[in-house]
Order: sequence, then structure tokens, then C-alpha cells
Amino acid sequence: MKRFAALYARLDSSTRSSEKRAALIDYFREAPAEDAAWTLAIFTGRRPKRAVSYPRLREWVAQEAKIPLWLVAACHERVGDFGETITLLLPGGSADTPGLAQVIRDIIQPMTRADDDAKRAVLLDVWRTFPRDQLFVFHKLISGTFRVGVQRKMVVRALAEAFGIDPGVMDHRLLGAWEPTAIDFARLIDPDATLDDDDARPYPFFLASPIEDAPGDPHELPNSLGNRHNWLAEWKWDGIRAQLIKRAGPAVIWTRGEESVAPAYPELVAAAESLPEGTVLDGEILAYDPAKQEALPFQQLQRRLNRKSVQPTLFAPDVPIVFMAYDLLESRREDQRERSLIERRARLESLFSVLDEPHIRLSPRLSTENWEQLERLREESRERRVEGVMLKRNDSPYRSGRPRGDWWKWKIDPYSIDCVLTAAQPGSGRRAGLFTDYTFAVWHRDELINVTKAYSGLSDDEFKKVDAFVRANTLERFGPVRTVTPELVFEIHFEGIQASQRNGSGIALRFPRMHRWRTDKKPADADRIETLRSLLEQVSAG
Amino acid sequence: MPDATHTVIQTPDGLYCPAGAFHIDPWRPVERAVITHGHSDHARPGHATYLCSPTTAPILRLRCGSDINIQTLPFGKTLELGGATVSLHPAGHILGSAQVRIEVTGHVTVITGDYKTTPAGEDHDPTSEPFELVRCDRLITECTFGLPIYRWPKRQTIIDEVHEFWRTNQADGRTTVLFAYALGKAQRLLGFLDDSIGPILLHGSVNNLLAPYEAAGIPLARAQYATKELAKEHKGRALVIAPPSTDGSSWLRRFAPTGSAFVSGWMLVRGSRRRRSVDRGFALSDHVDWPELLRVIDESGATHISATHGATDIVARYLSETRPLKADEIETRFASTAEEAEEASA
Repeated sequence: MKRFAALYARLDSSTRSSEKRAALIDYFREAPAEDAAWTLAIFTGRRPKRAVSYPRLREWVAQEAKIPLWLVAACHERVGDFGETITLLLPGGSADTPGLAQVIRDIIQPMTRADDDAKRAVLLDVWRTFPRDQLFVFHKLISGTFRVGVQRKMVVRALAEAFGIDPGVMDHRLLGAWEPTAIDFARLIDPDATLDDDDARPYPFFLASPIEDAPGDPHELPNSLGNRHNWLAEWKWDGIRAQLIKRAGPAVIWTRGEESVAPAYPELVAAAESLPEGTVLDGEILAYDPAKQEALPFQQLQRRLNRKSVQPTLFAPDVPIVFMAYDLLESRREDQRERSLIERRARLESLFSVLDEPHIRLSPRLSTENWEQLERLREESRERRVEGVMLKRNDSPYRSGRPRGDWWKWKIDPYSIDCVLTAAQPGSGRRAGLFTDYTFAVWHRDELINVTKAYSGLSDDEFKKVDAFVRANTLERFGPVRTVTPELVFEIHFEGIQASQRNGSGIALRFPRMHRWRTDKKPADADRIETLRSLLEQVSAG
Repeated sequence: MPDATHTVIQTPDGLYCPAGAFHIDPWRPVERAVITHGHSDHARPGHATYLCSPTTAPILRLRCGSDINIQTLPFGKTLELGGATVSLHPAGHILGSAQVRIEVTGHVTVITGDYKTTPAGEDHDPTSEPFELVRCDRLITECTFGLPIYRWPKRQTIIDEVHEFWRTNQADGRTTVLFAYALGKAQRLLGFLDDSIGPILLHGSVNNLLAPYEAAGIPLARAQYATKELAKEHKGRALVIAPPSTDGSSWLRRFAPTGSAFVSGWMLVRGSRRRRSVDRGFALSDHVDWPELLRVIDESGATHISATHGATDIVARYLSETRPLKADEIETRFASTAEEAEEASA
């Protein structure tokens, strides 16, 4: 645990990625394999489950620190992170602690199954013996919210470099099934290991960049990308990016979020039986109306998300789902990624020429003569319920990560409304103690009605100013939330709108963020609820 | 019969003692101002007369004008002002910082100003007169860090970390930059920095405030004003002390590449450090922490506590719930966010 806490401190105390990578490399080389395996698991997003609920933790820390519950909450509000709050409230101990793997195996995992009395006893023992720097990471582990300021990509690169393995190979290895054990770790870092052992392993995804980041004059886009005929254009589907993997046995589906989701989509697994063995398709899971041959709103797909499995019901026919394929990564067990897009596309199309599965579809090419025609087609995006257009360079291989230049996403402009700030609460992390999480309202008759929250889009300087405004104009306090005098107007951008029972307005916005602080506008200039309702009608119609 | 509650009252100009006809750290120009210490949210220009400790006087002349009318009152000596007996007692915050004791008709009120308790021993701060605990009926205490999360690390721990940071930066060819308030924190650093590690260079605003410390005979590490030439000669090895406002300035770029750290009690919380995007934060504070705040309150014997500056609502509520005494808040004009408060005192 000491070594892990020291790694965390080293990562945390640097803002330079070269130093962070060096810290990771040192750690991976020096740490015992089982500890390194757990660190790798945690840093690539596999956190231990929450072991103790927040209210219990709060209660017990209040008792141990001999302060009232409300004061623990006030401290939490200031610090932003509850694990850090606890650590700051306790004196800590000075004992030697076991290694990370042992702490997880012998303390944290049994705790998730223990009753409250047993949990409390374990915690008190930890609180009185672990030194404070280790208490801090311990709390991050048991709260189920462990986050560290390093990206997966950096961890993968550091691990690859530590053991002299190609980063692309390491990335691919990590995508497969492995457990945080010394044995699996040894296999991951073995230069001679092969990948044939895992039929469920996906390939690292190739991610597109926003077209605004393309070189050249942004006003000249997309002409500045050169000849239209060097590019393949497709719709940018509004679903879940995934790989459909058909090797030996039933098909596996991996999302871009590295979740294996096949049990939630039995119709896709069944349809994949028609694919030749050793096929991996890159595409999008979509809610899709087979009769009209068009995408359904993303909201429909959401009804299928977060379900472990699907039970067909007699009363509510389920949302129809398709896999919209746009790339072929493996064909007859052979990796296709080095082939050019145009070659992969030809093979993909020939695969579909003999495939008759309504649940697996081919994402069509948008064939236009020139950019102007494509631009006009893109204007139909909203009606077609797609997010815009994708542009992929014909001669590009299938890369991994987000290298710029070959894949561009050309999204449609977001929706925009002017809202009034009505409430605020403190953020967390680097925004702890600052009021940065806002609630926004629009007019309903002569009252303001809350429609959305937003947390991002302002500069640090603007956040500071709004923070000062909130403190000086607080009307009421509800726990950490403060209502404020409705005075500030913000232009909110969002990507979609849907009906919702969760708030009074009956409306929920997708990806809302603050585009601009409209200091030039008064609250009376803000939008009315009717604007949003008619937008919702347009979107839901058809 | 008047009690201590009426000795000091709140007015639009700041705290006021009617019996003695003087203000304490007033915000707007007044006839007679008693000044606790030289930070700009306590010492404002424009008062007709100033009363302060002898070691605060040269600081006030630098900050509020060389021609201001100052009367000094040595620590522990009393002065009769109208119906009030006034004395100053060390607050341990920065050089010259004082608590103001006011006795009217047998009732004693103490205004702490900003303070830290600096017990003799390893946590002692040699750059300010050590805090003196003064018994009173009403205590008006600052509570900038009035939350139980704030418990300062040992001074020696921080000293070792700062030196280690400096040496690591030197090994990487980086200039070490410590962001610290120009008055108080910067000199406190100079009070313990080991100048044998490398050259120490100062921003002008820090350099200008050395004189009062030198005049008071306080030993400071060898340090020089950071001229362009010295910056060029010593970058990569030197340690630079500069006020936080220089972060991102062209002045600072002449020392590049740098490893930077912010020195402040706020740095105890990660979020505050990350917000500043510095490499490190050192939680060296010149304010009282939670355990010491409670100790001072309890040992003062006061039956009425007024919390000012910082977490006033929290401290007042906690005291009311846990102790048989009257606790309330006094609002200050400063501090829209707690962090700006400390910045304002730079």
C-alpha cells in the first residue's frame, strides 16, 4: 500500500506527462506483480466495488473524529472529495501496511460482504493504523470512485515501455480478458505471448476528431480537405459505438467504453450466427425502425441501456435494435487493420452482399459528386436523427486511438437557448469549494421553471466571477445547493431533447453546456418553455 | 449595566469602540484607527491617525504612505483612550501583528486580528513575535481555517519537503518558484530556507518588504533582488520567491523551465492546489488551525465568541452546540470566497 500511495502522490504532484509516465514506469518495474496487476486494473477503469455506503461512512467518521454529522458534511463541501475529507479529519497511524493486492483481497473485498458492525470494526482498525497518505488512497478504493489524473493511454504506454513491448500490442492485449493476478500480469508483460488465447478480445477503436481541428482555414472546410473523391462519407450515427465479434462460440459485443454488452442484445448475438467465423465488425448499436428504415431517437435506445439481460414481454414489444456496421477489422480470422479503408470497405460490402440479417446492416456510403452536395445532404441530419457526417480517408489504415488526419466527424451545430441561472452547488475535484454546478431555467408564463443543469463551458475566470455572484446573491440554502437571485443569463448549447419525468418542466436536454455568459442580456430576454416544447414536438414527430 | 458586548460594535466602517472613540482595522478612512497588522485587508490608507505595534509601524509606512501619522504602542503596555484601556499583544501572524485588548468598565474584549499560535519549540516561527494567549470576556476571533479538516503539518516536515523540491528541480535543471504572499509568508520562508542549496532570488515586491524584518533584527537567508542578469545567471538552480499574481507573467518566464509551488494553508486540500495548476502545494499557514482555534477559545475564558473572517457560520454553530457560551458572527466586507481573502492580504 505504501508503494501505491507513493505512486499516487507522484502522479498527483506533477502536471507534466513525461514525469507521470516516468512514475508509472518505475512503479510497474519495481512493484510485486500482484500489486502491479491491481494498479493496472484500477488505472484502466476497473475499480473495486463500493465497500461502504456514504451515510455509514459519514456516521462513523463523525464518531471517530468526535464532531457532529453536519460538520462532516460542511467539510465535504469544502474539500469536494469524500475520501480526502475523511483523511483530513482523522489523525492516521504509523503502522506498516500490506501490499495493494493484499489490502484489496483481505480488507476491501471481504468488507463488501460484511455486515455493518464488522465493516465498522475493520474501518476503525484501518483508521488507527494506516498512515495518512495511505488512508487517502484506501478511501478512494473503498468509495468505488477511484480516479487518478492519468489517461488509459498513458498507462498503456508506460506499461509497454517498462517491459519493452509495442504500445499497440499492449493496448490490444489489455482489451482482452485478464484478471488482476500475478499470473495474468506476467502474461501481459511477456514479450513472447500471443493473443490467440482469447476469442472475446476486441481491437482498440479508431476514434474520429472534430473536423474543426483539421489543418487549414476552418472557414474553408470541408474544401480544405482536398478532393472529395479521396474521402468516404457516411452518416454519423447517434447510437453506441461497438465491435461485434464473431469467433468461436456465441458472438461478443464490446462497446467503446470497454464493456461487454452481448447479454443485453440477444437479437444481435443471434443474428451474428450468420457471420463467418473470425469476423469483427466496427459499427454502432442503434435503435432503428425496420419498417421506415430510419433511426429512432437515442432515448429509445436508452431504454435498453444498463440492462444486464433482456426479458421479452408480451405487453411491451422491445425497442428494435440493429448493429449498423461501417468497418471490417477481422475477416476469416485475419486482422484487416493494415489494409486501406477502401479495401476493407470492399470486403465489408461483399460480406453484406450474401448476408441476410435485418439486425445487422451496412452503413451506406453517402455518394456525392462534390462537397457542396454533401453539405446539403448533411443538412438533413436532424430529420434523419443522425449527428452529422463522418469523413474517412480512402487510403487510411484502421489506426488505434485518436490520431488526427484520417477520420473527421462533421457534426451539425448544437441547439441553443438562453437560460437564467437559478441555483448553484459546489463542484468537486479542482473545483471543490467553488460554485460551479448550475441549474438553469426558462420562462413559463411569468415564472421561471428549471429545465437543465450544466457544469462546463466557462473559463476559470468566469467560474470565479459566478462563484462570487452566488455567494453575494444567495436566496436560500438546501444542503449544498443555493438558490440565487435570477439575474445572470447564459447561452446553453445541447445536442438533443427528450421528454422526461425527472423535473418539473417535463423536458431533458442531452449534453447541455454553457456556451457563453450573455452579460448583454437580462433575465427577461431568456427563452420561454414553449420554444423547447415545440422543439421536442419536432424531434419526436414521425 | 453594560457588558462586553457593547465595548466593540460593528459599523459600516468596520469594528468600532465607542468608549475609546477608535476603530479597529477599519475599511474606510476614520479619525483614529488601531491596526492589528500590515496586510492590506486590515491596514488601509487614509486614516487621520494610526495606532499599532512598533514593528508594524515601518510596514504601514511602506504600504499606506511614509507621511502617515503613527503612534506606536509596545506589546503589553496600556494606553487610556477615553473610557477604554487599550493594549496590544502578539498575534504571531506576521512581524508586528497584534491582538487588541480593550477593557471598558472591567469587561475585557480581545480582537485577535489574524493569528497563529506559535508555541516555543519546533513549530516556532522566528519571523514574528510569538502568540500570547490573553484572557477575556469576549473574544472576536478570525476563523479563516475554521473547519476540522485544517490541522497544520509539522513545520519541519514542510521545511524538508521544500528543500527536497528545490533539490529535485535543480537535478532536472528547473528553477524553483515559490508563490508566497509578499508580506509575511515570503519572509517566513526566508527564515528557514537553507541558502547553501543554491541562490535565492526575490521578486521586487518581496524584496521591498525585507527592510522591516532586517530592522527588527530577524535573521533571514541570504537572498537577492532578481535582476535580469541574476535570473539569467542562476536559472535552473535558483529558488525564486514571488507573489501569486506573477503566475503566468512574462517576468516569470525569464526563469523557465520552472517547477512551481504555492505556499499557503489552502494547499492542504488537493482541489485548491489543482485549481492553481502548480506542481506542488505546501500547507504552510500563518493562520490558526482548527485544534488551536478551539484551544484558544477555551483557554481565553471568554463567554462570548464572535467569529469573523472565513468559516464564521460553521464556527459559531459548532461552538453554540458544544459549549455553554454565546457565539455569533461578524461579517466582513472582504472575502467573497475564502481564497480571495488570503489573496487580498498579499
